[in-house]
Amino acid sequence: MADFAFWLIAALTLGSALMVVSSKSLLYSAYSLLFTFIGVTGLYVFLWADFLAVVQVVVYVGGILVLIIFGIMLTNKISSVNISHTSVQKGVGALVVLGFVSALGLMVYSTPWIQLPNSEPAETTKLIGNLLMMDYLLPFEAASFLLLGALIGATTLSRKDY
Amino acid sequence: MTVDFLIDLFSKFIDIPIVAFLLAVTIAGIPLFVLMALNATIAVYVERKVSAFMMDRIGPMGQGPGLHAGKWGVLQTIADALKLLIKEDTVPASADKLLFKMAPFIIFIGAFLGIAALPFSSVLQVVDFNVGVFYIIAVASVGVIGIVMAGWASNNKWSLYGAMRSAAQIISYEIPAGLSIIVPIMMAGTMNLQSLIEFQTGSVWGILPNWIIFNNPFSFLAFFIFFISAVAETNRTPFDIPEAESELVAGWMTEYSGFRWAVFFLSEYANMFVVSGLAATAFLGGWQSPIPGFFNSPLWGLFWFLGKIIFLIFVMMWFRWTFPRLRVDQLMHVCWKVFIPIAMLNIFGVGIWKLIIG
Repeated sequence: MADFAFWLIAALTLGSALMVVSSKSLLYSAYSLLFTFIGVTGLYVFLWADFLAVVQVVVYVGGILVLIIFGIMLTNKISSVNISHTSVQKGVGALVVLGFVSALGLMVYSTPWIQLPNSEPAETTKLIGNLLMMDYLLPFEAASFLLLGALIGATTLSRKDY
Repeated sequence: MTVDFLIDLFSKFIDIPIVAFLLAVTIAGIPLFVLMALNATIAVYVERKVSAFMMDRIGPMGQGPGLHAGKWGVLQTIADALKLLIKEDTVPASADKLLFKMAPFIIFIGAFLGIAALPFSSVLQVVDFNVGVFYIIAVASVGVIGIVMAGWASNNKWSLYGAMRSAAQIISYEIPAGLSIIVPIMMAGTMNLQSLIEFQTGSVWGILPNWIIFNNPFSFLAFFIFFISAVAETNRTPFDIPEAESELVAGWMTEYSGFRWAVFFLSEYANMFVVSGLAATAFLGGWQSPIPGFFNSPLWGLFWFLGKIIFLIFVMMWFRWTFPRLRVDQLMHVCWKVFIPIAMLNIFGVGIWKLIIG
């Protein structure tokens, strides 16, 4: 059962990701991204990462994806349906992709993967909270500082008198 | 009774795990769907009557032979539902057919997933998540994708404006709603809906139930911010600028008719049910009785939980027929300059309160 569900979710994720890059319409790509994000959520659930799965939905589906679609619709004239994104510089692109694939493949094969226990952990949020506030406080604060900077920058740029 | 229990039960009789799983999920899902449909049917009737009484009218009454809508018009919504089911399903010629047809499904899924996690009683809950509160907040944000999809696919200026307003509004109001729901989570130290309700057992000062709303001034304030933001997230008046009849015809659902439109309506009322359920769980003691220790058996729990939800839905209708619609700038002003600062202060205040008083 679990195997079947895993393959189904993996197929959904990869299939929709393929749609994202191959679709002619930018908006179709954005909507395909919805299914990719949902698929990744499913993969997190398989890793017993319930909190991370929900964060994935809140941040990516509820926030980033809506903003992407919002951006596309705002920059697109109502009457024009097609914003095509065609491929340019295919040779260089292929080289870069090949490099990335080999680097990622090397990483996948050389990493000693941890086998998770086959039972649901009692509580993940407490552990995450402790880690964020104790061991990884500096990166956490650095990330929040970066986001604050982005927020202030966006507000400044969108002011009329700027 | 959770869906896990059903899966275990069916696994004993059926050897193929996928069949047992699908059977259990279907059997757990059908009552939820029936609940959604019943909720919408009854709420539409109540909404008509409530609006009528608030405007000093009598509302649907059902007069005359042949076109009889029952005593006091109780069959009015049944007639409406039948009408919607047999209505022609039109798709505009210039619409994006695929997205146009997909949008109602996505909105429906967003509403349905939320209901699946509500704790109807101490023993009756379809899925008991460890991160239940956060889960409901998350799936509530899936619906907005469907709204934007419907608005864009309709290829109509009113639909598009409605969809963009809706996206801006829902994304904005998610923030105060999310920040306010942190208050009960901080106090109970858990995101599990059942544990959150168990935390609210007992009484304060001997008379009031120990609900989170009565626990301290910050949580009292947090409830109101959460509830108002929740009303905004369900796109209801006074926050209904996405469908603003007087400006945008019907906003993002202008081009929809028949059953697809009925699905939007069903989802709107289901969303009201979900956010009321979350408010009742996190602030109003969920299935706990309002009189501490009185009628607290699981079946009464169902009664209290549904009672609280019905009351909150009534309050939403009360809002709708009392307040005029907000303008876009007023809407954003309330959200970003009033609610978010207060919600932030609430989190700070509750932290101090918990540190000093406990």
